[in-house]
Amino acid sequence: MSRRRPYVRAMDGWWRRDRFFVRYMIREATAVLVVAYAAVLLIGMIGLARGEAAYDRWLEALRSPLSVAFHVVLLLGFLYHTWSWFRIMPKTMPMIVVGGKRIEPRLITGSGLAIAAALCVVLLLVVIRMAA
Amino acid sequence: MKRSNAPIFWSLFGAGGILSALIGPVLVFITGIAVPTGLLLPRDLMDYPRMLAFTQHWSGKGFAFVVIALFLWHGAHRIFHSLHDLGLRTETAAKLACYGTALIGTLVAGYALLAVGS
Repeated sequence: MSRRRPYVRAMDGWWRRDRFFVRYMIREATAVLVVAYAAVLLIGMIGLARGEAAYDRWLEALRSPLSVAFHVVLLLGFLYHTWSWFRIMPKTMPMIVVGGKRIEPRLITGSGLAIAAALCVVLLLVVIRMAA
Repeated sequence: MKRSNAPIFWSLFGAGGILSALIGPVLVFITGIAVPTGLLLPRDLMDYPRMLAFTQHWSGKGFAFVVIALFLWHGAHRIFHSLHDLGLRTETAAKLACYGTALIGTLVAGYALLAVGS
């Protein structure tokens, strides 16, 4: 056993010192919600494979007020994820130059959000139409 | 020099990130709010025969698999890097736990989707 005790800087709460870091941590935290939603779907899939009784238990659980409340939280998290994803997209994607000028970051964020909104509306309308 | 495996994980993270950013909100709304409460959509929309038929068709199967797998890989990658940001120094263990969970989830999703038949 080594007797050396190297100095390790504490990292407790470093991100709470600055609003930029707080926003960064909230953005990263949406990943937990994305995984949680994938797990919900995965449990439904396993139910489907196991048979009607197992699947109906999952469907019944989805109808509980607790589950609906949880999905409202998930929805808010996903909306924040969408917003933040396209907000940082100008920094994460390769630079696009049109006519010797770099494309405005605002344009990239705006188009991304517009496409996401359009896709969500279209998908919902398609499902509503299929259900009718 | 050993090639880095980071681009693979990063690509899965990016693909899952953009897919969840584009259609994640409406999926959560449909499966978790609209159908269970009967808001805008009928409550029996996701009943067993319908969802079985949906996942037995190749397009529904593919869609369900891509959504579950990419959402898992997106989250796993982000959580792994956040653990580092929070000061966790057990890099290899965290990596195994995060990517391992995504891998197991992907395999289970694939197995379940094959098990429902076509």
